[in-house]
Amino acid sequence: MIGTPTLAVWKFASCDGCQLTLLDCEDELLTLAGQVHIAHFLEASSAVLPGPYDVSLVEGSITTPGDVDRIRQVRASSKVLVTIGACATSGGIQALRNFADVQEFTSVVYASPPYIESLATSTPISAHVPVDFELRGCPIDKHQLLEVISAFLVGRKPDIPDTSVCTECKRRGLTCVTVASNTPCLGPVTHAGCGALCPAVGRGCYGCFGPMTGANVPAMIGRLHECGMTEGAIDKVLATFNVAAPGFRLPLVQR
Amino acid sequence: MTDRSRELRIGSLARVEGEGALQVTIQDGRVERAELQIYEPPRFFEAFLRGRQHTEVADITSRICGICPVAYQTSAWLAIEDACGIQVGAGITALRRLLYCGEWISSHALHIYLLHIPDFLGYPDAITLSRDHRAVVERGLRLKKSGNAILEMVGGRAIHPVNPRVGGFHRAPTKSELAVLAEQLRHALDDALATVEFVGTLDFPGVDLEVELLAVHHPDHYAIESGRVRSSGGLDFSAAEFPDHVVEHQVSHSTALHATLDGGRYLTGPLARYSLNSAQLSPLARQAAAAAGLGPVCRNPFRSIVVRAVEVVYAIDEALRLIADYVRPDVAAEPVLPRAGVGHGVSEAPRGLLYHRYELDAEGLILSATIVPPTSQNQAAIEGDLLAVVEANRDLDDAALAHVCERTIRNYDPCISCATHFLDLTVHRL
Repeated sequence: MIGTPTLAVWKFASCDGCQLTLLDCEDELLTLAGQVHIAHFLEASSAVLPGPYDVSLVEGSITTPGDVDRIRQVRASSKVLVTIGACATSGGIQALRNFADVQEFTSVVYASPPYIESLATSTPISAHVPVDFELRGCPIDKHQLLEVISAFLVGRKPDIPDTSVCTECKRRGLTCVTVASNTPCLGPVTHAGCGALCPAVGRGCYGCFGPMTGANVPAMIGRLHECGMTEGAIDKVLATFNVAAPGFRLPLVQR
Repeated sequence: MTDRSRELRIGSLARVEGEGALQVTIQDGRVERAELQIYEPPRFFEAFLRGRQHTEVADITSRICGICPVAYQTSAWLAIEDACGIQVGAGITALRRLLYCGEWISSHALHIYLLHIPDFLGYPDAITLSRDHRAVVERGLRLKKSGNAILEMVGGRAIHPVNPRVGGFHRAPTKSELAVLAEQLRHALDDALATVEFVGTLDFPGVDLEVELLAVHHPDHYAIESGRVRSSGGLDFSAAEFPDHVVEHQVSHSTALHATLDGGRYLTGPLARYSLNSAQLSPLARQAAAAAGLGPVCRNPFRSIVVRAVEVVYAIDEALRLIADYVRPDVAAEPVLPRAGVGHGVSEAPRGLLYHRYELDAEGLILSATIVPPTSQNQAAIEGDLLAVVEANRDLDDAALAHVCERTIRNYDPCISCATHFLDLTVHRL
């Protein structure tokens, strides 16, 4: 890239946690700011530069008709578009509406529901525009975020392994919670990236990084049954932060 | 300005969490409206929590806000434990308070240094500010990092912690693990005291809010993770009585649900906490507050930055005390067996009081959920303040008036992502 590359950060339906991860890079933030021009990042700056942007980070899912137009504009003004987090890569937890009646949801949340400009679905960015890279996690991991930004700034492919949480768990030398105590754990089918945080505190992985490529979910379900989980409980654990991700999508009990 | 009628619209508010806009209408020289509009789309948490297990709720509600997930976890498990008739022991309570101190330090440092100080010093953001005042921004980042260090050690992750659970924690850290934090926190205390001193010298417009103040109060210490609810007007009630006093409703001039306290506007957050509970701050925090010019009560929204800085001193002081006194609990979590019932929980999110209510069935499935976040409660008070600010500054040109209004909103640190109740709807009544 010629000259100082520009970085833009965009938000759709989300909790802000993934863009906060950028500000949580306390040791690296000022160094990064010296190497890129942060041209659009509303959470952090009231200075906004016009596009095109060399790299756009997109947080959040598409849940309104206005967002459908806005993501197209973001795509058109971005050379590289990277989605950050479960909302942007799979629709997030708000995609639970995809399997329910959104009008009924509205009537539960709002006492006298007027017309709400909300789509019946929460969809990932890739359902609307081409995406150059998807960074997983609810929330994303800051080391992975720095790797992705660095890689795109120098024009190489990010080194983000597409393996399972189990590989990270083994590398940390943690005792397998399922083998040792029959604790249900989604580690075998969940995308790596967090560093096996849950097994490190003795709890099973709850899948917040979404399914790994080629995840064998049917075999996983069998093992979860052996751990004593009921059908309903298994449905729920898969239907959380990445409920609409293809690997975790299952026939869900109508709730 | 010669125009007697004009409309001012700030399309995208910067340096707030989430997305919002402001619309001001001035007609015939009179300020007709000042509306903080939220276009954060609804995410329906209260709807899809139904049918979930009581053990899942804290993980799910943490996803309402990436900036104060511990607040969402805390109010959730308090409400669930209340419904199940469980009170956790002192050791677990202390560990929860330590975790919450981490969130206060991290969230307040974020707001003070990255979102708020640039307003006072005339910069668009902290990164631009760092070109002229690198040491100031580095101090803020160090402070923020010390809060995140607590969240990572006790919570297992800074954003959406994985270690806490209903009943306690998956794993209680050892005393020596926590001791590692102490040295970092002692340095952070110096940074926090320097922060109070620094923000105390900023230039504050002299305004005072008249609204009622509402905060959690605990008899034994400055309330963070539990307590009753008190107001400056003398109200004193339990979490279970919250719905008797706080009612959310739609108002004709706004697209957002507004909460009222016994029918009136009120404010929750740092000014309310400080004004109701400042006598319970640690001696060091009280001393820092006095040196920065704060009396026992603070109703000036611009001085909220000083109050936040004082609360950071307190949270670090308190975290150091909790670490020094820490005894690893025998069990990391108490069993929370479900039963049919209703539970309520209140805690002090960095932005203010956060109320949760859950109705459970006998198997622990959620039948109904109500979440009242601080931003929704403060919305009416913020708009009231905006109206006064626009009235006092209506002769400014649009750009200058916009700047004053943005500053006014940022004083409150509204977390629009948290505002689960806001409607994405625009109504014009000119």
